[in-house]
Amino acid sequence: MQVDQLARTVLWEELVRGFSLTLRYLFRRKVTLNYPYEKGPLSPRFRGEHALRRYPNGEERCIACKLCEAICPAQAITIESEPRPDGSRRTTRYDIDMTKCIYCGFCEEACPVDAIVEGPNFEFAAETREELFYTKEKLLENGERWEREIAMRLEADAPYR
Amino acid sequence: MPKLVIDGEEIEVPAGYTVFQACELAGKEIPHFCYHPRLNIAGNCRMCLVEIEKSPKPVASCAMPAAEGMVVHTDSPLVHKARKGVLEFLLINHPLDCPICDQGGECDLQDLTLFYGPDHSRFEENKRAVADKYLGPLVATHMTRCIHCTRCIRFLTEVAGVPELGGCWRGEHLEITNYIERALHSELQGNIIDLCPVGALNSKPYQYRARIWELKKTESIDVMDAVGSNIRVDARGNEVMRILPRLHEEVNEEWISDKTRFAYDGLKYRRLDVPMVRRDGRLVEASWREAFRTLVDRMGELPGERMAFVLGDLVDAESMVLVRELAERLGCPHVDCRQDGAKIEGRLRAEYLFNTTIAGIEQADFCLLVGTNPRWEAPLVNARLRKRWRMGGFRVARIGAPFDLTYPVEDIGEGPETLKAVAEGEHEICEALAKAERPMLVLGPGAVARADGAAVLALAHRISERFGLLGEGWNGYNLLHTAAARVAGLDLGLLPGEGGRDLAGILKGVEAGEIELVWLLGADEIEVSRLAGAFVIYQGTHGDRAAPVADLVLPGAAYTEKNATWVNLEGRPQHGRLAVFPPGEAREDWKILRAASEALGRTVPLDNIFAVRARMAELAPQLARIDSVTPAEWGGFGRRGRLTEAPFVSPIADFYLTNPIARASKVMRQCSAEILRPVNEKATGTHG
Repeated sequence: MQVDQLARTVLWEELVRGFSLTLRYLFRRKVTLNYPYEKGPLSPRFRGEHALRRYPNGEERCIACKLCEAICPAQAITIESEPRPDGSRRTTRYDIDMTKCIYCGFCEEACPVDAIVEGPNFEFAAETREELFYTKEKLLENGERWEREIAMRLEADAPYR
Repeated sequence: MPKLVIDGEEIEVPAGYTVFQACELAGKEIPHFCYHPRLNIAGNCRMCLVEIEKSPKPVASCAMPAAEGMVVHTDSPLVHKARKGVLEFLLINHPLDCPICDQGGECDLQDLTLFYGPDHSRFEENKRAVADKYLGPLVATHMTRCIHCTRCIRFLTEVAGVPELGGCWRGEHLEITNYIERALHSELQGNIIDLCPVGALNSKPYQYRARIWELKKTESIDVMDAVGSNIRVDARGNEVMRILPRLHEEVNEEWISDKTRFAYDGLKYRRLDVPMVRRDGRLVEASWREAFRTLVDRMGELPGERMAFVLGDLVDAESMVLVRELAERLGCPHVDCRQDGAKIEGRLRAEYLFNTTIAGIEQADFCLLVGTNPRWEAPLVNARLRKRWRMGGFRVARIGAPFDLTYPVEDIGEGPETLKAVAEGEHEICEALAKAERPMLVLGPGAVARADGAAVLALAHRISERFGLLGEGWNGYNLLHTAAARVAGLDLGLLPGEGGRDLAGILKGVEAGEIELVWLLGADEIEVSRLAGAFVIYQGTHGDRAAPVADLVLPGAAYTEKNATWVNLEGRPQHGRLAVFPPGEAREDWKILRAASEALGRTVPLDNIFAVRARMAELAPQLARIDSVTPAEWGGFGRRGRLTEAPFVSPIADFYLTNPIARASKVMRQCSAEILRPVNEKATGTHG
């Protein structure tokens, strides 16, 4: 037993095994990404930054039903509504506190008109808290910016809904 | 008393009950849309189908009289199948717009669809669409959602007595409409919003503004009239979003007037939310400390007989206790809670109560209205009178200005001379009055708030004693108040003391320079221009009529913003509760008075609301018996005197604008313009 132990020590067996593992990985395919120049694939169900969508004719989808506000477990959504001059039901205020949000995606699921969605964007870190209090304008702007991707993802996921 | 078996349980029900009522009595819930206990039976929604043995088909239980030996099943497979079928048919033409419907979350159709609804539609044709109707500034319509239960038609025709809605066409094409599109002319029209089981009729001011689940519900009391309707105040954050009725069989049943329901937006506008002091002729904002310093400067050295207190219509009983205590400590005898100038002496409770009680109206068989327009002064008292008239065998006579009260009224005269003729037994109506078993007399503010008010009261007293208005367990003498504060004020004795002046005397005193300071507690309906000579302290909620002439403004809390007691016209004390907090620096009125008493060095030792209420119970023990009417003892009141010839006129010229809150309300202004003065009425082509 002791001879066995002695031989391993003298021959630096652990060292050799360790280096060999390292050497093997040197020839394998890389798993790290050179973020932010490279990015990994995202599922169509990925729940990132929120966006409010519009219909193709430019009309905002949100009808102020307040179901997202009701379902939100973090109570991050605040909505105020009023009849618009043309008599339709619209929000006058749609705020999401992104610091409260837990990205559960319930708002997206509760929405009867696919207005509020969680898009693919996860790069919205900000320097101040205030920048993370999203208003209706910001969310609509997000919607306009990400509409193509959001629509594609919704379509890809539609069969499973 | 028929006996029947419901789901295996035998039950005996009063004769005349329907199967539906029998099932309710047995504790079985029957889904329904068109049935309503206070309306006639229509039987057109078919949702209340039950199975009755030996009957070939399911039976609409709401329209089926309960009979001896019936065997009813409310939970059998046949019943379920029938209900599912009915609901599927109702949903055929009902739009799936729950997310934008204001009824969403409190909708009968939504709830029942959860239990009996199909999970998908088998209907592939186009759904019916119906043009929305214009029903005025209060009721918004979405007629596509209507399921034709006709509750709104039945309510307006039966309870409100304004048959302005009806059905046009038939079958699927049935439309609920007022045909000539204009505002509904009822002061109870808001109730059709509550009655509508779906979202076809919604509240226009509340439209799209909130959801039922985000509202904080507070059970409170209304102060728009003296009825003391039980209400539920729904608030979101610190804003009142809507007001709904609460069930109280003896007061408002389940209805409220439109002023009660829709005047809440007045709580947002023209509010006094910071103390103000007049400097160089202008009111400028000040702190409470500065306000009290001004108060002490002007009031500290002033002898009691050179100041006066006048109380308004919406003041709560707690504040009045404080006013009484403070005036006593200041040695001020000039206190008046009758800002309308009513000649009520206030020594005897029976003099100023609605002794018959509102529910008691249903037992009366003859009613003499004197100088009153109950339709505007107390719409729910009028609704009770109409309910009594609909039961049959009820005669109503009136002395005063003619007005459509929604039931037939015999006009026998307009002024005090007719009343005198009745009191002396010389009028032909006396025969009917004497014959009636339970006659009642309603004296309105238009009869007592006049120079010869005391003489009118004496005549009413004489009529009451002469024509058997006072029987065993029956008191037919009633005074109808219009102010929520009045009965509490009279109960607490807020009347001129020894050598004190009433309101007219105070105004004269100000003009003569004998009274230097007037404290107005929410009193806006007085001739404020005559107060120019005095230092005016206005404590209240709105910058209405009195605040602009005030020299010191103390912001108070409105009725939704404090825990307080109000006493209704029957003498029924009820607690209102805080639903939202007063805006800005405003405080509860009794606290302001308590703080003022301390600043003046005449501290009233009542430090919390319980101490105030304990003192209130000492002053008037009946006010401690919450929600019960303490019958008043009869005695002598009124003073014989000269009668003038002027006819009785109701003091309410505009139903919608009677108090500072209502006057600040945009909705009430709109109603006043559109319902009372329909200037934009479109020509129909056949209107002449």
